Amino acid sequence: MTLALIDANNFYVSCERVFNPKLEGRPVVVLSNNDGCAVARSNEVKALDVKMGTPWFQMRDLAAQHGIVAMSSNYALYADLSNRVMSILAQYSPEQEIYSIDECFLGLDGFSHLDLVEVGQQIRRQVRQWVGIPVCVGIAETKTLAKLANHCAKKNLAGSDGVCDFNRISPADLSQLFSIVEVGEIWGVGRQLTRKLADRGITTVEALRTADAKTLRREFSVVLERTVMELNGVACMELEEATPNKQQIMSSRSFGSYVYDLAPLKEAVASYIAIAAEKLRGQGSLAGMVQVYVRTNPHKDAPQYQRGLTIPMPDATDDTLRLTRAALWGLKRIYRPGYAYQKAGVALINLTDATNVQMGLFSTAKDNRKLMHVMDRINAIWGRGTLRSAAEGWKMKRERMSPCYTTNWGQVPVVG
Amino acid sequence: MPCRSMAGHLPRQGTIFPAFPETGVVALPGFPVLAKPVPAGFPSPAADYYEDRLSLDEHLIEHKEATFFVRVQGHSMTGFGIHDGDLLVVDRALDPADRCVVIAVVDGSFTIKQLCRLPDGILLRSGAKGHRDILVSGDQELTVWGVVRWSIHRV
Repeated sequence: MTLALIDANNFYVSCERVFNPKLEGRPVVVLSNNDGCAVARSNEVKALDVKMGTPWFQMRDLAAQHGIVAMSSNYALYADLSNRVMSILAQYSPEQEIYSIDECFLGLDGFSHLDLVEVGQQIRRQVRQWVGIPVCVGIAETKTLAKLANHCAKKNLAGSDGVCDFNRISPADLSQLFSIVEVGEIWGVGRQLTRKLADRGITTVEALRTADAKTLRREFSVVLERTVMELNGVACMELEEATPNKQQIMSSRSFGSYVYDLAPLKEAVASYIAIAAEKLRGQGSLAGMVQVYVRTNPHKDAPQYQRGLTIPMPDATDDTLRLTRAALWGLKRIYRPGYAYQKAGVALINLTDATNVQMGLFSTAKDNRKLMHVMDRINAIWGRGTLRSAAEGWKMKRERMSPCYTTNWGQVPVVG
Repeated sequence: MPCRSMAGHLPRQGTIFPAFPETGVVALPGFPVLAKPVPAGFPSPAADYYEDRLSLDEHLIEHKEATFFVRVQGHSMTGFGIHDGDLLVVDRALDPADRCVVIAVVDGSFTIKQLCRLPDGILLRSGAKGHRDILVSGDQELTVWGVVRWSIHRV
């Protein structure tokens, strides 16, 4: 199997820069809620050693010192630019799995006659020109390796210039490369696992890759065993399979016979949402965005059509009804009559923990972060000031949101 | 969804509806005849005959993912038929050809100008008196944000 992972550099920041070129080269953070935690940082901010999730008020002095620009999240804009990027990427391969708002896997089997690094550079050029978003491309035999290759591409390791193809690197050079990458950079290895592995002396990718998978399975989990196998080129995850850390929940089906009309597609999508929402509630999560896609049979000699759409939810939810409404809204927009649809699917992405939000809404806890986050999103999508707190002493968020340049006629860019 | 009166009579998912009976096809006046059976809950007579109503989107937009809308402010491009308040359809996918109208980024700000290639650089021409042209020399950096394809003017 050969596949690529394409992901955008500092996606939210990059989106803001498309319509505000003055932000290029400047330190920029995008904030998530009224307390202002950084959910996206430009490279200039990362260089100042600001960590993800740092509250804005903690950064104020640093910001004044270095001229850091803070912006509120503009979900409508990010979702629209994401859809454009994914739509462009879909043209490169019939096998596409949209993993998150700014990441996507492309299946590259059958493309071995092409120079894949050159294809990767073409992808970068086209996305940069068409949408203004810089992306990096990682190419390898498994999803875990492709993610790692993407990381190397981003950090310009192994001589890569935004594109890194592990299949082009000799095994010896690959071992050397893996010896300098921290184990925590591996997909599925979070902070806790990193610490536990460090306790056993495993601190680099190479150390994990050469560790005994069976032992790890006994002492940790089968998921870690699969990660080790994937690091060694054994694919344990197909495209579109559920991912180990449940950042998304997918539900889809190929139809037994082709479907031409919107009505049965709506029924199918509604049923997939119901299934996915149940899984969502089962793992105690809320979904911040819904994706829906349809496609024809790529192997059939007939007109081809495939399209997907990402719909941001005003606030993260696990409500089947609301998720269904969003998905059907999206389906109506991507459906085109006259095609023989073979498959439809949905994905619930941008998952957050449900329990915190519930506590935030009903508790008297001082930390109202999650509540603010929810209110922010509603205000961002439906208009500033849609929701305000009546509580005394709670300050209104200062306006830092850029206009909805691509989704609101009253807010398109004005040029003289 | 099939009409409500059928609510209690929906077939189980996956049931194949029989095609029109072999003995003959009844053509209802005004309805096209279904040419082939469609295995689904409700046969759609429209599948073979659908014609799209004219769409401005299709007419004006060539590269959907790369097309953005921009509103014009001011009178610097009236000579090109672009007026204050007009809505521009801007395509980022096109490479700017000589003499095309572009949205350019100069000193971090957007500007609408005609792009003219010179032997030793680029001239960004405005389209009205009193508005200055911008000369970009060969070693200066010029960013073209997109090419203006259409200007939509409310009458």
